[in-house]
Amino acid sequence: MQEILDALEQWRARGDQVALATVTWTSGSTPRAVGAKMAVNARGEFVGSVSGGCVEGAVIDEARHVIKSGKPTLVSYGISDDMAWDVGLACGGSIQVFIEKI
Amino acid sequence: MSTWLETIAQNLAAEKSFAVATVIAGSENVGAKMFVYADGARDGDLGNAELNARAASDALTFLEQEHSETRAYDDVQVFIETYAPPPRLIIVGGVHTAIPLSEYARILGFRVTVVDGRGRFATPERFPHVHELIVEWPDDVIPRLRIDASTYVVILTHDPKFDLPALKALSTTKPRYIGAMGSRETRRQHMDELRAQGVPDEFLKTVYGPVGLDLGGRSPEEMALAIIAQIIAVRYHRHGGHLMNVAVE
Repeated sequence: MQEILDALEQWRARGDQVALATVTWTSGSTPRAVGAKMAVNARGEFVGSVSGGCVEGAVIDEARHVIKSGKPTLVSYGISDDMAWDVGLACGGSIQVFIEKI
Repeated sequence: MSTWLETIAQNLAAEKSFAVATVIAGSENVGAKMFVYADGARDGDLGNAELNARAASDALTFLEQEHSETRAYDDVQVFIETYAPPPRLIIVGGVHTAIPLSEYARILGFRVTVVDGRGRFATPERFPHVHELIVEWPDDVIPRLRIDASTYVVILTHDPKFDLPALKALSTTKPRYIGAMGSRETRRQHMDELRAQGVPDEFLKTVYGPVGLDLGGRSPEEMALAIIAQIIAVRYHRHGGHLMNVAVE
């Protein structure tokens, strides 16, 4: 948590807009547990993780939308998801990620 | 930084036990937050008093379990995330096994205290990494230590003249875990003696001894690993067997 807080503070200090993504639900086998966090800035830089690298790219894109719109969003990834082939979790589990602008 | 992140940072720095409830789905107030503290205090608003009360009640339960979960309240989803203060490990007995145990615990994020009345054992040279080294008799020290649900205690001296007073002093506290080194026979003798001294059975039954998971290790380093592994298993309410033998939830 501390590295996330530090990154958010540094980015905001230099004027970047930032968002925070948090795993709020998991099902089956997933690389990161509920509460795992990733901080993202408007440039697309990130610190932390919400999976083992499987869905971070998609979450960064989503986070940049959230930074623009200011509206928090809840997104799902997993084997049952339509996007399974694009951004599914290799381990076969499913996760929900809440993304909010800070 | 936004106020709620500042509050999280301050609470972490103050090593508080607290929960953050966030509305993550629903027709309104998505993103609304409420802080819930271990003493029941609240700060923030999820949208209405009833929702606040229901989420706060679950948050208090989760705080005790160091558990985070998304809860559905009618058509609103609330993510309740708990933050626990760093766990503390109190090692009674500055013996050989205590050295690797204190190092493993520190790597795993524990605040480590070593207590031994024998100044030759409890030296900074033997324990350079511990947060606190106390050269005093355990039964004098224990009543002064903060022992709570995030405290783990291991008694390694396995000598009745240290272990019995230490266990007796611990019997009025409520740590998450107490482990006591010693064979089954030693344990039986110690328990009989403490029972005779009036220490309640309900307490004695909670003491893990012989200490550690059954890893088969023999060296002090391997025994320390079995002990710290047991502590992690207790922390997360697991038995500590092979993952491949565990039924999928």
